[in-house]
Amino acid sequence: MAEALTLAARPAALRPVWVLAGLACLLAAVSALWMWQGLGGGGNRGFVLGLRANKLAALALVGVSVGVSTVTFQTVAANRVLTPSIMGFDALYVLLQTALVASLGIAGFAGLPATAKFLSEIALMVLLASALFGTLMLQGARDIPRMILTGVILGVLFRSLAGFMGRVMDPAQYAVVQAASFASFNRVNATLLPVAGAVTLLAVLAAWRMSARLDVLALGRDAAVSLGLRHQAVVIAALSLVALLVSVSTAVVGPVAFFGLIVAGLAHGLTRSASHGVLLPAAGLIGATILIGGQWLFERQLGQAATLSVVVEFAGGLFFLYLLLKGRIR
Amino acid sequence: MIEIRAVSHRIAGTPILHDITTRLPEGRLTALIGPNGAGKSTLLRLIGRLEPLQAGRIRVAGHDIATTPTDRLAQVMAVLGQQTLIASRLRLAELVAFGRWPHHKGRPTAADRAHVAEAIRTFALDPLADRFMDELSGGQAQRAHIAMAFAQDTEWLLLDEPLNNLDMSHARALMARLRALVDRQGRSVAVVLHEVNYAAAWADHIIALKDGSILAEGAPDAVLTEELLSRLYDAPIAMGRHQGRPLVLHHA
Repeated sequence: MAEALTLAARPAALRPVWVLAGLACLLAAVSALWMWQGLGGGGNRGFVLGLRANKLAALALVGVSVGVSTVTFQTVAANRVLTPSIMGFDALYVLLQTALVASLGIAGFAGLPATAKFLSEIALMVLLASALFGTLMLQGARDIPRMILTGVILGVLFRSLAGFMGRVMDPAQYAVVQAASFASFNRVNATLLPVAGAVTLLAVLAAWRMSARLDVLALGRDAAVSLGLRHQAVVIAALSLVALLVSVSTAVVGPVAFFGLIVAGLAHGLTRSASHGVLLPAAGLIGATILIGGQWLFERQLGQAATLSVVVEFAGGLFFLYLLLKGRIR
Repeated sequence: MIEIRAVSHRIAGTPILHDITTRLPEGRLTALIGPNGAGKSTLLRLIGRLEPLQAGRIRVAGHDIATTPTDRLAQVMAVLGQQTLIASRLRLAELVAFGRWPHHKGRPTAADRAHVAEAIRTFALDPLADRFMDELSGGQAQRAHIAMAFAQDTEWLLLDEPLNNLDMSHARALMARLRALVDRQGRSVAVVLHEVNYAAAWADHIIALKDGSILAEGAPDAVLTEELLSRLYDAPIAMGRHQGRPLVLHHA
């Protein structure tokens, strides 16, 4: 028996390592392509490289945070069809931005020091999201359909409120808000890169350190409590990390609704592992690879004939429908 | 010993348990019986801290469940609820391995792996060890979850209707294994049972609940009487005997 177990366990244990190594190589290749493809030898080489590096960092940052946050969120929600965006995390961020512009005016909004503003927005976001969604998830643990419906409706509420504020504010103010409310991988917010990078790194490390506890959380509430997991504390901590990561990616490129779904789906499908120690890095690598590769394709090869955000959302939407039709609600 | 003192519980305003005070003896197989909605599952879930305690106190082997850290309690008791659907795609052996988590917190040792292999063997799950949980039948999945609770290797084992989904031979095998845990390893087991005859055949101690109160408790011969069971289930029930143990007959 022991022999049969180890024989069968060996490929299962080796597989994730190879998948992760393969994904890392792919990411390195795509990044190299992004940096050096079509690079002339002229005097502005350094300038072009600097520009490219900035954008590479932003794309990688967003890809990693979307991947890690979606996988974490799906574990907490015990559901493979949801993403933080579908439940309204990024809508909450956009609402915060809109409310800030509406109350401070353009001058006040632009006058705020960017880093301090970003950090306080993130702090507020973590507080609001863990209070709102934490209550929802803990109370809804027994009634998952109701929890999902409430979350989706909250998302619509946040979007509508932000839309309403946008309509009553003056057009010049709205132009400022608009930049924050639509996804664009072409104009990334580079000023926030260093602080956003630091926040992402810390959040991803924290999520990775939680991976053993996330594995237990995925067994469901009853089993997790029986095994001695501090269920409520872990749920709140995981949701706070999700809120952090969503704030970062929304601040850098804007809200992306369905992208996380593709990334999480691919991470589960490729690794075939239930261990978050494998799933989280895989999701981060896949997210970064898709964004960098996709943006390279659209920007350099197709001459901006299509927009990455639209294509990614379209593909993600199709994947969402596929999951729904296959009945993969759990 | 599990001591329950003045425990009351409400769900959404509806009283489920009224002022329950009792003891579950250690080193015994205790069965909680009663009609649907009597509160037996709620009582077991309260002991296992799956539901927050609203009123009263519960001590498990001397640990007050309200004040003892939950990871310490996980080394004293294992509890298996009725809801066993899991979101992640796990193999049976991986699920059972989670039973060791309270002891290793993510870093399994050779001893932990030995415990897992033993649990899989004890519940005759070897041929299924590499199957994915969603490829198992309800009864096989149920046995896998019980094996996980067993691997937790705790003094107390609490099971909420473990015979759900099990056919007669597996139900009998499970009760026999629980009996062996008590007799040979000196562990203490509490089970919620729907089918009274399993309690009659295997339990040492029976707690009969009706409408959120304890109607009777004690040894099977004392609790399982025609008069008491007829009152418990509001139906005429006859008693027979088989191999020296009470036998409950519903076609009186």
